[in-house]
Amino acid sequence: MNKIFIIIRREYLTRVKNKTFLLTTFLLPIVFLLFIVGSTFLAVKSKTVDTIAVITEANLFKQALKSDSTIVIFDFTHSVTTDNYLYKGYSGILRIPSDSSHQKFVIESPKTLSMETMDYIKWQINNVIENNMLKQLRIDENVLDSISTASENAFQLTNELTTGEEANAGLAYGVGFGSGILIYLTMFIFGAMVMRGVMEEKTNRIAEVMVSSVKPFQLMMGKIIGIAAVGLTQLVLWILFIILLLSAVQLFIPSDVVEQFKQIQEMQQQLPGGSSNTVAFELLQAKATFISEVNWSLIISCFLFYFLGGYLFYASLFAAVGSVINEDPQEAQSLMLPITLPIIFAFIMLAPSIENPDSSLAFWGSMIPFTSPIIMMGRIANGVPEAVPYWQLFLSMILLIGGFILTTWFAGKIYRTGILLYGKKASWKEMIKWIRRS
Amino acid sequence: MPILEIQNLKKHFATQKAVDDISFEVKKGSIFGLLGPNGAGKTTLLRMITGIFYPDEGQILFDGKIFDPNNDVIHIGYMPEERGLYKKMKIGEQALYLAQLKGLKKDEAMSQIKEWFVKFEMQSWWNKKVEDLSKGMSQKLQFVTTVLHHPKLIILDEPFSGLDPVNSNLIKDEIYKLSEKGCTVIFSTHRMEQVEEICDHIVLVNKGKKILDGSLNQVKNDFKESLFSIGFEEKPLLKGNIAFELIGTKDQSYIIKIKEGFKPNDVLNYFLSSGIQINSFHEILPSLNDIFIKLVEGTPLTRQFQPINS
Repeated sequence: MNKIFIIIRREYLTRVKNKTFLLTTFLLPIVFLLFIVGSTFLAVKSKTVDTIAVITEANLFKQALKSDSTIVIFDFTHSVTTDNYLYKGYSGILRIPSDSSHQKFVIESPKTLSMETMDYIKWQINNVIENNMLKQLRIDENVLDSISTASENAFQLTNELTTGEEANAGLAYGVGFGSGILIYLTMFIFGAMVMRGVMEEKTNRIAEVMVSSVKPFQLMMGKIIGIAAVGLTQLVLWILFIILLLSAVQLFIPSDVVEQFKQIQEMQQQLPGGSSNTVAFELLQAKATFISEVNWSLIISCFLFYFLGGYLFYASLFAAVGSVINEDPQEAQSLMLPITLPIIFAFIMLAPSIENPDSSLAFWGSMIPFTSPIIMMGRIANGVPEAVPYWQLFLSMILLIGGFILTTWFAGKIYRTGILLYGKKASWKEMIKWIRRS
Repeated sequence: MPILEIQNLKKHFATQKAVDDISFEVKKGSIFGLLGPNGAGKTTLLRMITGIFYPDEGQILFDGKIFDPNNDVIHIGYMPEERGLYKKMKIGEQALYLAQLKGLKKDEAMSQIKEWFVKFEMQSWWNKKVEDLSKGMSQKLQFVTTVLHHPKLIILDEPFSGLDPVNSNLIKDEIYKLSEKGCTVIFSTHRMEQVEEICDHIVLVNKGKKILDGSLNQVKNDFKESLFSIGFEEKPLLKGNIAFELIGTKDQSYIIKIKEGFKPNDVLNYFLSSGIQINSFHEILPSLNDIFIKLVEGTPLTRQFQPINS
């Protein structure tokens, strides 16, 4: 046990003291910060106010639709047609039907209006209709139903010239996808680090010196755990650093930008599900509102679990491959393929699994340990236990733990033979023979 | 008492009987030569002795008890033929790391390392990296890391490869010193002149089997061919003689082979009675090289792969 600890310490310290580690740990968040600041700045500078021509018979809307000088200005006019509104300087035409409960609201525009503009218009129309109905009727249970029906009608706002996309993928989607990708990347980065470490021991011919003092399995586990600690250190430092930067971010953003953000934020509070159009605003929002909307303690603890589990599952396989490779790095390619393929496959499955967290693809993908670290992280962001029942989460975790014990056991056998084999490349067939023999 | 007893050791791989029923023992404090051509099974044998491989059959006794790899490896220092160090690691740290893995406490390891570094004039290397060392220098470091933890048994596989004569002698002297202190040294090589110089006892393996076992003198005596060299002031003409036959001449001496049934005295009598001036007379013992070649010759130089039915 003590020997394993000595190995872990060496593996950890040599990597943490390395310049590239320091560089990636501290430079990456700074690059990240510059990206936020830069895009915030650009987004604010390029912000435009849309003037919308409103054609309506209903006096109700003429009185109640309110302009916001920073987003949308409504202009009530009769002289505008589809042919000449651009010429007259309008960004689009909003046609409000006289019978708003049966006909559609239509907006015409040559370009996709920004999500912010669209949301503002929707919200205004919705507000007008709601207020109007509340005014006309006494509120009882039925009335509430009809209000929501009317609201739905109002939201059937169609953009005739371009089909406006659902720009905002949603917070859960973003968090799920982000953590899935992060697991994918870290699994590759740290898995490859294990493989390189094993190859280094083999090509430097230190393997035999080492195994005369420690068991091959101790040597392998020492390396795997040491690098896991490096990975955890880096992730934790990143999380801390990002939190620090996000709280410091306002110092770097021009005050008028912050002012604008605050205005939008106030509006957001009245407009649930609303979104902003730029990365910068989303990130500013992240600081302000995501903290309360997402169960971060769950996400982070699951993330660390699936990072460790997924890493341990694959690291020993990477170690086994590293142990059978000789100097030729090309050999690595063909031997790595069976390991990298499931990881890449999981990555491809990630997006469809997040979109349909209840599909059988998502279910099986998040159970099978080959793909579960990536897929489950994608699903968890949608909420536990809403999207992922507790039993699924626990089953997936137990399967992953069982999975890495199994892969480590197999890989240990390959590693033990491979590390002492010089001048000869082993095929998968031979490796299976080694597993059977011992 | 032998420090190491090998009893009927067998290790079969998929295509080869790498070690096929080998037994021998190594006396405490001796310098033991394990010889054999390439691929004879030496490395496999050493890996079993160092606990890297488990034997298929047979057993190893270490210090009178059955060898327990987990606890006994700290009493063994093994310098394998395929050896190396972590290239990016500092030399001092590296030595410390390997010593700690052999169970040495940190401060104990430190004082040992410093002692050895002074002995080998390596003090200034401490903060250098292994990749900055020449091959000979890293070989010295490798030797230091092998013996640092006071092993009872030191196993050196081709320890002098890549060393110049000065450094070879330095290490050779250390091997003698360690042996005097009671360390047992197993020395594996196919450089016969080094074995002749250093070893007390040798075992020769070929094709997984032991083919020779004995002390150096005994082996040489066993293989001597009654060859003598006689040096003269002036080489005499030889007339027919029944006691010996002439094998060759070298400068002022004859190399003769004494025929069966005759003694060296018969030869000397022959020359003395003829009044011939003799400068020297000595027996020519076969060199280990000759014995090695004689024993191994005739068998295919490289081992053939053979199917194993087991």
